Amino acid sequence: MNDSEMPLLLELIITLFLVGGAVVALIGSIGLAQLKDFYMRLHGPTKASTLGVGCILVASLLYFSYLKDGVSVQEALITLFLFVTAPVSAHMMAKAALHRKLKCSDRTRTGPPDQ
Amino acid sequence: MIATVIPFVTGVFCIAVLLNLYRLAIGPDIVDRILALDTLMINSIALIVLADIQMSLGVLFEAALLMALMGFIGTVAMTKYLLRGDVIE
Repeated sequence: MNDSEMPLLLELIITLFLVGGAVVALIGSIGLAQLKDFYMRLHGPTKASTLGVGCILVASLLYFSYLKDGVSVQEALITLFLFVTAPVSAHMMAKAALHRKLKCSDRTRTGPPDQ
Repeated sequence: MIATVIPFVTGVFCIAVLLNLYRLAIGPDIVDRILALDTLMINSIALIVLADIQMSLGVLFEAALLMALMGFIGTVAMTKYLLRGDVIE
């Protein structure tokens, strides 16, 4: 990898995006593994992980825009697609969970109708 | 600087994938498993993009786009099956 001629500021910004994205995605996955019931677990991946992967894709966009002269729009396309589809799939999963009447813990405010 | 930070970022994402696999294995209900699969797909998109940056290829984003598409379609198909008992009515 030949990033020796890359400006320091750009390199710093890309590194910041990479590290921030990794930390946020890890927090989302820890939330998925640790939280108590499904309605809590839905929060972690659908918000945090999407933001984390969005940060990684922004870093990739900056890197390849510098490397290949000209904006690389493909990464922006993936980011846009993820940001559009993540709420839709989260909504579908929440509907499926309510349909199956999954048990929720006592501290979850509004669970399935008859609990 | 980027070359030194990418292995650490890849390691963090591998830990995230392991946590998703843990939830996929123990998930009490099938909806938990669908959620774990969806997150696994999103994290593997990040891994593919990281490999792309590491090797300076700039061609693996197509694979990432395909995985994003297939992950979304798979999630919607599985939840639709759970909701309605059929994928396409």
